[in-house]
Amino acid sequence: MKLSHGLKMALENNELMNASQEIVIKGIGGSPGICIGKAYIVDREGVDVVQQYYLFDSDLDAEIDRFKKAVANATKEMEDIIASVPSEYHEQLYILETHKVLLKDKKLYDKTCTMIEANKINAEWALKKVSTEIRRVFDDMSDSFFRERGADVAHVTDRIMRNLTGNKPQEQIQDINKRVILIARDLSPAETSQIQLHKVQGFVTELGGKTSHTSIIARTLQVPAVLGVTGAKEVITSESIIIVDGTKGAVILNPSDDSLIEYEEKKSISERRRKHMMRFSSKPAMTPDGAQKKVMGNIELLEEVVSVLDHGADGIGLYRTEFLYMTSNELPTEDQLFENYREVADLMYPLPVTIRTLDINGDKKAGIFNGHEETNPVLGLRAIRYCLKRPEIFKTQLRAILRAAEYGNVRLMFPMISGVKEILAAKKLLDETKNDLLNDKISFNGDIEVGIMIEVPSAAILSDLMADYVDFFSIGTNDLIQYALAIDRGNHDVAHLFQPLHPAIIRLVKTVSEAAQKKKVKLFMCGEMAADPFHVPILLALGIDEFSMNPPSIPSVKSIIRQISTENMVPFLEKVLKQQSPDEIIQIVQDTYGDLFKETIR
Amino acid sequence: MKKTITIINEAGLHTRAALQIVQAAQKASHGVWVSKDDQRADATSVIDLLTLYCPKGSEITLEIDHSHDNQIFDEIVSRIENGFGE
Repeated sequence: MKLSHGLKMALENNELMNASQEIVIKGIGGSPGICIGKAYIVDREGVDVVQQYYLFDSDLDAEIDRFKKAVANATKEMEDIIASVPSEYHEQLYILETHKVLLKDKKLYDKTCTMIEANKINAEWALKKVSTEIRRVFDDMSDSFFRERGADVAHVTDRIMRNLTGNKPQEQIQDINKRVILIARDLSPAETSQIQLHKVQGFVTELGGKTSHTSIIARTLQVPAVLGVTGAKEVITSESIIIVDGTKGAVILNPSDDSLIEYEEKKSISERRRKHMMRFSSKPAMTPDGAQKKVMGNIELLEEVVSVLDHGADGIGLYRTEFLYMTSNELPTEDQLFENYREVADLMYPLPVTIRTLDINGDKKAGIFNGHEETNPVLGLRAIRYCLKRPEIFKTQLRAILRAAEYGNVRLMFPMISGVKEILAAKKLLDETKNDLLNDKISFNGDIEVGIMIEVPSAAILSDLMADYVDFFSIGTNDLIQYALAIDRGNHDVAHLFQPLHPAIIRLVKTVSEAAQKKKVKLFMCGEMAADPFHVPILLALGIDEFSMNPPSIPSVKSIIRQISTENMVPFLEKVLKQQSPDEIIQIVQDTYGDLFKETIR
Repeated sequence: MKKTITIINEAGLHTRAALQIVQAAQKASHGVWVSKDDQRADATSVIDLLTLYCPKGSEITLEIDHSHDNQIFDEIVSRIENGFGE
């Protein structure tokens, strides 16, 4: 929800009349949790408010020199930042290098100098005019990825502007030394690389959504974040005490004593529960009757490995590999991919790391894939279909995975498989890749487990045939439910019909489970369905061996598994399979296992 | 000297590709230009190349002002024709 102009006005008036009026601003929950603390506003106002004045002819040379000096300082700053970023952050380094080149770009640098001279105006004014003109050209472009390059020009302009206006060094983001809640318009990769992240209690940004860089960083650090709060920088006062509720997606300004007490309580209860469960998280997920289950983590970034290990995961059940393809407009190189996978495999060793090959879809549209608009991208050219159509891109990734497999316990997983032919085609390319590596005399480990995601209903139905060609199945429930029930979770009108315990979903999973058992193929689940403790009894009854989920959910799922005996679950499952609706199934789980869920956070 | 070439890489004439052209063009002693339709961009400016807006499939014309820069011309042509090594 956007903060309306009216609300802003109301706020301003309230500040005059009643400074302690509590205000709740809604945003998007980017990372769950609650924090209470002091706001720290990351300032980037330079471009909007600039001094404008005319100069005498005799002062123009000095003004141009002042501008050039500011650019030189900005260049020096960029060089320092680049030197401080660890070399494994290839993507960030590349963006930073680009910004460094842009500082001296003719269209910005030379043009500003010319503008100062021709219009006889001060450097800030000239720079603003030039950058506004450039941004206007970018803003008019129809292709979103090209259009967003305008933001690069804005970042560079900001940096020069700061040097011109002589912003004080204590406002630099890397100097934050208190436990604060960061308030920013958006955080660029250059900025997040400089923040002492462990000093940040939470984030509030004006831009961004659940899949933004800030959101991922916040979830990794396990600090709350609320994103998409329009006008946050204007309405939140620096140093004021605010409450950030990342679970609900709300920010509370001028909190009342009651709210402070309420949120302190909520915070301590959830922290206490977490701590209790965390204490046991590294213990194995063994059922009372001795069935050894595995609870794994889903990750998207290398940095999340820490969180996976902290939460006691038995490995990584899903490494989504799209991020390196999305952070840049260019395809990552084989070596960039290899370095990344190698590090994850190495850090997790001897625990397994399941690498899923590229799965670009409607949500995660990478700039490079914007060749043409698809009317229905979720049903379009994505994942394995895309990779089979572009074998050179696919093989680059396979090479990187096979090479990384030498450094750890790596499994390979293909997404969006819908029929046997696709497995054969993907495996053929895998074999070719192995041969290429042999011919190139590059060392690799070709002896890895190969599996597929079961997320297209046709794959679930054909799982008995698929089983002959793979080592494991991993049921991706988010897509499986979306495709099987024809429900778009992003659509508010039907989102409530996205039901993991729908009888059809349970029957589909059962079909896969029977095929897996018969053909001795391992059965995993890596969708959100596996992360909800309430689903665990049914999933155990269906014979899931490995549960993979977002790392913070691991301790509670492990804790439930340790309390459910898998002996004699047949009557329970049979009862479940007879039901006609999700509600009836929920009732049966509640009646049979309800006692277990009283103490669990759901 | 001029030549019309089609942008073949997926990303189009993007930041990394533009950087490659700029790095080559900056070595030239005279002007190096990229034009598309009726617009012309200075090949030594990343911003100019990006704002020319050349996604995959765009037909662009590379042009140099002086034969002295023939070698640079060839280098840029081959980079574009190779899809910038992507």
